[in-house]
Order: sequence, then C-alpha cells, then structure tokens
Amino acid sequence: MQHARKIGDPILTVEGVSLSFGGVRALQDVSFDVREHEVRAIIGPNGAGKSSMLNVINGVYHPQEGRITYAGQVRTQVDPHEAAQRGIARTFQSLALFKGMSVLDNLMTGRNLKMRTNLFLQALRIGPALNEEIEHRAAVERIIDFLEIQAYRKTPVGRLPYGLQKRVDLGRALAMEPRVLLLDEPMAGMNLEEKQDMCRFILDVNDQFGATIVLIEHDMSVVMDISDRVVVLDYGRKIADGTPDVVRNDQAVIDAYLGVTH
Amino acid sequence: MLYRENGQFKTSYAADQQMLPIRQDQIFMLALVAFAFAVVPLIASDYLIRAILIPFLILSLAALGLNLLTGYCGQVSIGHGAFMAVGAYAAYNIALRLPWMNILVVLVLAGLAAALAGMIFGIPSLRIKGLYLAVATLAAQFFFDWVFARVKWFTNYAPSGSVSVPDIELFGFVLNTPQRKYLFVLAIVALFALLAKNLVRGHVGRSWMAIRDMDVAAEVIGIRPMAAKLSAFAVSSFFVGVAGALWGFIHLGAWEPLAFSITLSLNLLFMIIIGGLGSILGSFFGAAFIVVLPILLNQVPAALGIPISTAMASHLEFMIFGALIVFFLIVEPHGLARLWAIGKEKLRLWPFPH
Amino acid sequence: MLKRNWPVVALVVVLAAGLVAPLVTGASPAGFYVEVLLGGLMAGVLYSLVALGFVLIFKASGVFNFAQGAMVLFAALAVARMAEVMPWWLAALLAIGIMVVLAWVIERVVLRPLVNQEAIALLMATLGVTYFLDGFGQTVWGSDIYEINLGIAKEPVMVLDNLFQGGILVNKEDFVAAIAAAGLVALLALFFQKTPTGRALRAVADDHQAAQSIGIPLNRIWVIVWSVAGVVALVAGVIWGSKLGVQFSISLVALKALPVVILGGFTSVPGAIIGGLIIGVGEKMAEVFLGPVLVKMFDLAGGGIENWFAYMLALLFLLVRPEGLFGEKHIDRV
Repeated sequence: MQHARKIGDPILTVEGVSLSFGGVRALQDVSFDVREHEVRAIIGPNGAGKSSMLNVINGVYHPQEGRITYAGQVRTQVDPHEAAQRGIARTFQSLALFKGMSVLDNLMTGRNLKMRTNLFLQALRIGPALNEEIEHRAAVERIIDFLEIQAYRKTPVGRLPYGLQKRVDLGRALAMEPRVLLLDEPMAGMNLEEKQDMCRFILDVNDQFGATIVLIEHDMSVVMDISDRVVVLDYGRKIADGTPDVVRNDQAVIDAYLGVTH
Repeated sequence: MLYRENGQFKTSYAADQQMLPIRQDQIFMLALVAFAFAVVPLIASDYLIRAILIPFLILSLAALGLNLLTGYCGQVSIGHGAFMAVGAYAAYNIALRLPWMNILVVLVLAGLAAALAGMIFGIPSLRIKGLYLAVATLAAQFFFDWVFARVKWFTNYAPSGSVSVPDIELFGFVLNTPQRKYLFVLAIVALFALLAKNLVRGHVGRSWMAIRDMDVAAEVIGIRPMAAKLSAFAVSSFFVGVAGALWGFIHLGAWEPLAFSITLSLNLLFMIIIGGLGSILGSFFGAAFIVVLPILLNQVPAALGIPISTAMASHLEFMIFGALIVFFLIVEPHGLARLWAIGKEKLRLWPFPH
Repeated sequence: MLKRNWPVVALVVVLAAGLVAPLVTGASPAGFYVEVLLGGLMAGVLYSLVALGFVLIFKASGVFNFAQGAMVLFAALAVARMAEVMPWWLAALLAIGIMVVLAWVIERVVLRPLVNQEAIALLMATLGVTYFLDGFGQTVWGSDIYEINLGIAKEPVMVLDNLFQGGILVNKEDFVAAIAAAGLVALLALFFQKTPTGRALRAVADDHQAAQSIGIPLNRIWVIVWSVAGVVALVAGVIWGSKLGVQFSISLVALKALPVVILGGFTSVPGAIIGGLIIGVGEKMAEVFLGPVLVKMFDLAGGGIENWFAYMLALLFLLVRPEGLFGEKHIDRV
C-alpha cells in the first residue's frame, strides 16, 4: 500500500512469548515486531493462537515465558487497564460493547481514562467537571462523524445491527486515542459493502489518527490490500513474517492453510 | 400532542447533556418540586406526613443508594441494612458526644462512616461476583447487627440496648412538627437525588455501568475495576448511611439494633427490583410501593367489609411481594421505571396510535 | 502448589489451632469440650441437609435457590399440621406429594419464563418465591409454633462416662437426626450413580445443551430436581422441627446454609456435608469458647457470636478460595 505516512521504528516487540492453559499450548516461542504507524496483520488457520497473541499484548493473558517491549519499556505482566492507559486499545471478536448504554455513552466510556475530575465535582457537575464532560463530548462527536454513525447516537447499542455495533466497538477503541490499536477480526460477519467501509475506516485511522494497527483477519484479500507486513501463526508458532507478497508465496503458509500433514 | 420534542433544538453539547432536555419534562419536574415543597405541607394531614411521606422519602434515599451499587454497578448487596445502621449509630454517637455540632455536619460524618464501612466490606467484590458477593454482604449485615447489639459503647451503655434521640435543632428551628421534619427530609432527599443523577451522568457513573455490563471489557478500555467498584460501594453506603441516620432521628426517634435487620435489607432490594434497577426515578417508585402496599392491605379489606387480622395482612403482604417480584422479573425486568418510560413514549405519540 | 495456596493453608492452620485451643490450654474439661463438639456436629448435620438442597438445584440448573429455607419451613409446617390428625409418617408421605406439586408449580411459573436470564435475576426470583412461600405457608398452615412428635425420647442420655469424667450428654434426637441425614445422603448417592434418572441429572448438571441434544427433557429434569430438593427440605424440616418446634425463624436460620455452600463449593455434595459440619462445629466452638473471651476483652453485652461467625468464615474463604473446598474453579474466557 502506498501511504504518505512514515513508518517508524518498532514500537512493540514480542520476544519468545509462550502461553499455555493447563495442558494446552496456545503460543510457543513467538517473536515479531511491529513498527510505528504500520498496519500489521496476524493471520493463520483457526486455533493458531491469534486472539491469544492479542490478549497477551494488552495484558488480558500473562505469558509463562518471553517478554514484550512497548514504547521502549519492557513489560510482561501488565493488567489490561494499565495497557490501556499506556496507549494500547483493542476490539474483540465477539463484541464487548456495554449493552445497557447508548452509542454515545459507550464511546464516552472510551474517554474515561482521560477524565480526571473527582467525585465531588462530578456530583455537583460544575466547573471542571462540566467542562470536562463537554470537552470530551466534542472529541467523541468527532469520532461519531468519522464513523458516520450520527443518527444512532442515543440508540441503545443492543438494538443496532451487527455491522454498526462493530463500528461502535471501533469507535470506543478510537476514543481512547491509542498509539497501538489491536483489532480482532474487525470484519467478521460483514458483507462486501460493510467490509469496504471498515477497510476505509481502518486506513483512515492509520492515516489521520496516526495509530499503529495490529489486526487479525481471515479475509485474505483484505489482508493483502491494507497491511504493510504480515505475521503467520499456525498451532501457536510463527511460520512466516514479511510483506504480503512474500508471505503469500511462502510454502509453509500454503501448507498450513491447505492442511498438509506435518 | 402535548408531549412533543418538536422545535426543541439543542445548539450546544451542554444543552443536549442537560438532565431534562425536553421542556415538558422540565416544567413537570419544576411543578412537582414546587408542589412538594409549597403545597403538600399545607394540605397533607399529620398522619399522611408521618406515616407515609417521611418514610417514603427516607426509604427512597436508601433505595437510591442501593440502586447505585446494584442497579448501576451490578454489585448485589443483601446487607445494606447494616450500613443504614452504621449511619444511624454514627449519627447518634456523634450527636451525643459532640452536641454542639451542626446536625448537617453530623449527617455528613455519619454518611462518611457508613461509606468507610461500605468500602471495607466491598473489598471482596474485587475477587468475587454475583451471588458469592451477595453472601459476603450478608456477613456485613449480621456482623453489624451483632456489633450494635453487643458493644455497649455504641448504645451508650443503655441497659435495654435501645437508644433515643431528641428532636433535631437546625439553625434555631426545632424540628418538632411533622411539616418541619417533612421539609427537612425533602430538601435532603431532593439534593441527594440531584447529586446521584449527576454522578450517574459523569465518568464515574459510566465506569460503574461498564463494570456492570462487561467488566473484562471495562478493564480493557482503561477503567480500573478497584476504583470503580470501591467508589460504588463508598457512594452507595454514604447515601444509605445518611438515610439510616434520618430514619433513626426523624422517623423512629428511638430504636434498637433490630430496626436495621435483614428484613430491611431485603425490602431495599425489592424496592429497586420493582422500581427499576439502574434508574433514579425507579428508586422512588419502588419505595412508594413498599410504603403504600402494607397500608392498602390494612385499609382495603376493611373498607370492602372483609375483615382480616393483622397477622393475615402481613402474610398477604409477603405473598404479594413475592408474587410481584417474580412477576416483574418475568414481565418487565426493568421495573416500574420502564413502565413509566413506556407510558411517556405513548404520550409522545398521543393521540396517534403510532 | 503449597506455595501458591498459602492463604488457604494459613487459614486452615489458624482455624485448626482455634479448634483445639480450648482443649490444649486446659480452659475446659475434656468431657465438656467433646459435648460442645458433638453439639456442633449435630447442628452441622442440619445445616448440611439444607445446603444439600441448594447444591442439588444449583448443580442441575445453575439456579441458586434462595427459597430452600422457605421450602424447609413449608414442608415442616405441612407435616406438623397434618400430623395432628394422622400418624406422622403418613403426614410425611403426603407432604412429599405436596413438595412434588410445589416443585412442578415453581418450575412452570418461575423457572421456565426466566430460563435465559442471568443468575442474578434467578436469584432474585427465588427471593420472591421465598417471600411468597413464607406468606402462603403461614396462611394455609397457620403461624403459631407447632410441634412435630417423632416418638423419640427428648431427655439426653449419658454416655462414655468411663472415658470422660462425668460422661457426655448426648441427645437421642440429634443422634437419630445424624443417622437420618447419613441415610439420606447415601440414598441420594445411590440415586445419582445407579439409576437412569440420576444419570440424566448428572448430565444436565454437567452441560445443559449437551444433555438436551441427547434428548433429555430439561423441564422434566428440573421438576425432578426441585422435587428431590423438596424431599431433602422435608427431611431437614422434620428433624429441625422436631428439635426446635416449627416456626418462622427456621427459614431465617436456613440462611446459614449459604456460608455452608460457600465453604463446600456450590456444586459439591460432599462439600455441602463437610461444609455444614465445619460451620456447625466452628459456630458452636466460637460461641462457647471464643464468646466469653471476647465478652471479657471488650466488655460486651452477652454473646451471640454464632449469629455472624459462619458468615465471616465464609467471607474469609471467599477471599482465599472463592470456589470453596470442593467446588469447580470458574474461568472467565474472553
């Protein structure tokens, strides 16, 4: 993909990460890096450990071995909210929206880590508390415009169609103004038009908001189209790592997808 | 026709984020508040005020507190009667030993004591959820039942274990008439309802609701579970503690530890289930329901000419409570507040069918 | 493994120390200590019975039946009142029938409409059932204190007076209760392991959807489970009623079964038994030996430790081992 942005140094480095649940080895000795401002795809057959990898990056799972370096700091055992506060946001494969709230409120929760006024001021809703609400509302409205969901602001998210819910999920992650955005199958279950919209949004996020994107995706054409580099996982191991063209022609990758016996 | 938003455009975020954005709602609320403050004290009988309005207001405050914790933050508590007790006994002891202190300060301090107790017993919520947490809150209930019954210091070494308080004095006025008590309680409850509404609309309220809806996702977007849950326990217990102090000082006048037993805790829970979980208005509906029902059960059969004993009335009350809980959970889990909202929706369309 | 579980080990050590302290420090004569211990065990048996009902229902349907205590009371009331006009064993048989009908009604009216709601909603629904049953039971059967006369002598018996100086006082009733409870547990174990219905129940407890997909009728299973729980409640009610008299406070005392289930694990039958015994013993010991110490230390107005001891113990356990001694660990998958 030709882009005007400049791809920088590695912002996220995964080294020798291994993760097991009881007897199941989800990840084995996986290492790769992600450069700032790039779009990095993680692909692989089902059960390859892709979601687990994202969960390790943002602290939902703690790996037994290996380490993660993010923005120059080595951290392996971090809690999800710490990862969030340090600039890593993510979406979930099965939507993790707050069903009891409207679209607007869901997006506003994404701003929570930036809102600092204390309880008393909030209870009185004066001065700094009120200003903060308005300021962050404005920020969220920019995201609403960007994702073209203005008409659904006050709708409870549970009532929206699936494609729109996915957009709200993305919006909530964007509201956090992340440096790194982890997208777990953002286009699952979408039709062609919705996928094109989502691709457009993802590229715009990368372009305009400057976020580094790490995405898991099954649709090969999407992956080839929008990613700068690709990591391929199979049975928890990394089997290929490079630009889309290189990976597409790698024999090990072809074997993995076609299911050649090892 | 009457209740339309037509023509009410908002030109700023501040206007859109108002508590009552629709003008008809604003007018209605102002009228209601004016009526409550100015008209009711003049026309309501002493009995109505003492037996219905004052308990209704105080229980609404307590239900509001519990709703913040259970309805908005999703942490079930069956032990909130204990925190009312903490508020009541804290207020009693402070007023007793520091009699020069202004009653409003006493109430705030009592609330803070309850908030502290709430936070301590809320710590388990960091590790356990749902019905496990409910059982843990029972520990608070029975523990405080015992503390206030046995640790004699709290009851000022009263031989019977009961305590009594004189009428409150506020800025030179002695609250010795039902009307004065009513206005005092009304002012406090109105203020707290406003504070609660603001909190729920702010980022702390959203963090509570996020924890309620999906706590893993809440963590992932940067909400600290400990901060959210403990703040919910603290604020909720503060409200409930103040309610407890008011209950003891204004409604009861004299009480023993059993006044805040598990029956009260369960009643609070019922109030918010029937009234509507996660709704400020619902807390008031639920409290009204619980206060009015026993009275109806006592008056209606007699009015219809069917005499029933008080024991029978109490049994009927239990049966109706139980049946209604199940009914609401099946038919309208969001309680009376949702029915009210549906009513308003229909009103917006009236007189058209759709 | 020991290192990771150190909080549990520490808690158990402290509790065990507290348990033997009165004996070791000589603060109480051995005979009296054993009496209190036995008393605690007997109380524990009753708690276990109520907890058993909880566990059965939770295992099979994931519902936490707050109404178990009310069911105990209802069954006891039924037996007590009917036994006024017929032999008690006939009353008990009829009561079993009543409990089965009750189970059917609860399944139809409460459980089925709420089948897809979250656990909290179902908990609150059973809370509603509790209130309804309390009121209904007292409307139908009356609200005085009633007696259940099982024909067992009520005077305590002196045993083992060669071993312990002065002997130990044991209640014959308690003894019969323990035997009955043990018999019930054995019967249930046989039922679950050997009969086809029992197997179906275990399948449902394991995985609702899988059980449905092999043709097990979920609704009927739930009626069966609630009926069995009803019978367990009946046994508990009869034993308890015979000992204490049948009155409203039984359903509140049954709340104590909650800490039992916490300790033992929500899904474990042996856990309910052992948890009940631990709570029963712990409570009695705390009341008799720890109570006076606290009263003296803090100048308290009397004991009553046993009102909250069970819950505090459960709370501590929740903090170090939420799944209980024998329960299954709950893993949250994202």
